[in-house]
Amino acid sequence: MKVLVPIKRVVDYNVKVRVKSDNTDVDLNNLKMSINPFCEIAVEEAIRLKEAGIATEIIAVSIGEKACQEQIRTALALGADRGIHIETDGNSQPLAIAKLLAKIVKEEQPQIVLLGKQSIDGDNNQTGQMLAALTNMPQGTFASMVKVDGDSVQVTREVDGGLVTLQLSLPAVITTDLRLNEPRRASVPNIMKAKRKPIAVKTPEELGVNVSGSLEVLKVDKPATRDAGVMVNSVDELIEKLRTQAKVI
Amino acid sequence: MTILVIAEHNNTSLKSDTHKVVAAAMDIAQYSNANIEVLIAGARCAAAAQQATKLAGISKVLIADHVCYEHQLAENVGLLVADLGKGYSHILTAASTTGKNFLPRVAALLDVAQISDIISVESSDTFQRPFYAGNAIATVKSNDAIKVITVRTSAFDAVDENNDVAMENIDNVQDAGLSSYVSSELTISERPELGSARVIVSGGRGMQNGENFKMLEELADKLGGGVGASRAAVDAGFVPNDMQVGQTGKIVAPELYIAVGISGAIQHLAGMKDSKVIVAINKDPDAPIFQIADFGLEADLFEAIPELISKLS
Repeated sequence: MKVLVPIKRVVDYNVKVRVKSDNTDVDLNNLKMSINPFCEIAVEEAIRLKEAGIATEIIAVSIGEKACQEQIRTALALGADRGIHIETDGNSQPLAIAKLLAKIVKEEQPQIVLLGKQSIDGDNNQTGQMLAALTNMPQGTFASMVKVDGDSVQVTREVDGGLVTLQLSLPAVITTDLRLNEPRRASVPNIMKAKRKPIAVKTPEELGVNVSGSLEVLKVDKPATRDAGVMVNSVDELIEKLRTQAKVI
Repeated sequence: MTILVIAEHNNTSLKSDTHKVVAAAMDIAQYSNANIEVLIAGARCAAAAQQATKLAGISKVLIADHVCYEHQLAENVGLLVADLGKGYSHILTAASTTGKNFLPRVAALLDVAQISDIISVESSDTFQRPFYAGNAIATVKSNDAIKVITVRTSAFDAVDENNDVAMENIDNVQDAGLSSYVSSELTISERPELGSARVIVSGGRGMQNGENFKMLEELADKLGGGVGASRAAVDAGFVPNDMQVGQTGKIVAPELYIAVGISGAIQHLAGMKDSKVIVAINKDPDAPIFQIADFGLEADLFEAIPELISKLS
């Protein structure tokens, strides 16, 4: 079966971003960019499905500026077979992304679409679910275990009170949580090989999708800062402060 | 204009998230003069619906009681809410793992954007939400006719239960037939849930192993609180993931947060920095957690915690 893995280019998770002084956005100039960590877990899971003889082809797709081909190359080096790049200005909102992906799903007919549960820049946690709704597929979000069984898949989900396991008919959308797997690193020979794997480039116009969004960002602020308090010298002093000053115990 | 709130419940009672989402809806109603209606979708959920009729600020409770809604399957609840939601100005639910699961489907089916995780209401169409792990706050205006919103419940105070409104049965069965419930492993605990606990005691990598979390449980019990953990403690396998506080876990804002053996990675701070009072206990004087703590104690937690427990007795 074919597995489609949408991935996103985001600022590296180790980088602390700053808000621009004109409050229009965050400043991403010259920052290290990487594949979104949850997407990396999705790529890894797809590779494991291929290693287990379940997946036959892995297609990595990314939407954004030309530079996101770097992240597609990373996925190809890890084990994806080919890439699709949908070139946009990089500012699309989740609904537009989901509509573009729905077109790719229609063309490629994958049995499983594996995505990260959210990107660490927008923090929206929407794209997988929207794609599932637009293509009338079931969804297993925040997955910590995926087990393909014939024409269905069992997905164990991380939920607020613990874990819930669902059975989904295929084709299905699965979004990854942190504990699904530990992604591997690409080897140098595989990085070299990935350079020869094909990446098809498409545009939203070719796919017939209007990518203008309905949300406007009016401004971006720094979060309220919290000042350091006082250091106490003993457990007694701590209890005293909590009782008489903070009055919380 | 009418606002639809989708309740979070377990078929027998409401979760406190619902009370907080209604508070966010009231903030919107103040700008738009809207009524607020609450939908309970579930199976044999009359008791939860009965409780919902008491929620302050609302005008009606809708109940969709059918076995296909029992486990809050996103495919079914998504179809129901998208169908009902056409007549509303706003659709709100909690940014819990349930709300985050089904609401984007609703937005896609209605062909509108979703605004995730709002922390404040600026007007009937403008909201604030954190992104980049809470390192930036965006003020976002929606130009859609229907605003579909998840609410970060730690940012709103729960409404009271002092109302008595009518309940209306919704005969609308939307069984997509795409998914089914198999099983669940839910953490059974006598302690309050992290989302509603007044006090939270959290442990990090400094706890060294899962066994040592018993100390924190004992301390939490003294204070009537819940127990959380940092991602480092979860990744190290000390405790299960549903205890995780942080950007990739739960976002909490209790009255008292006690961070024990937690260094204070940005990831963790994003999940607890809105707590009213923060206490940090760590033996490393340079731990970043001390920079945001109201009260810091530089000490070996294996001495300080037992002392704290005995002196609170």
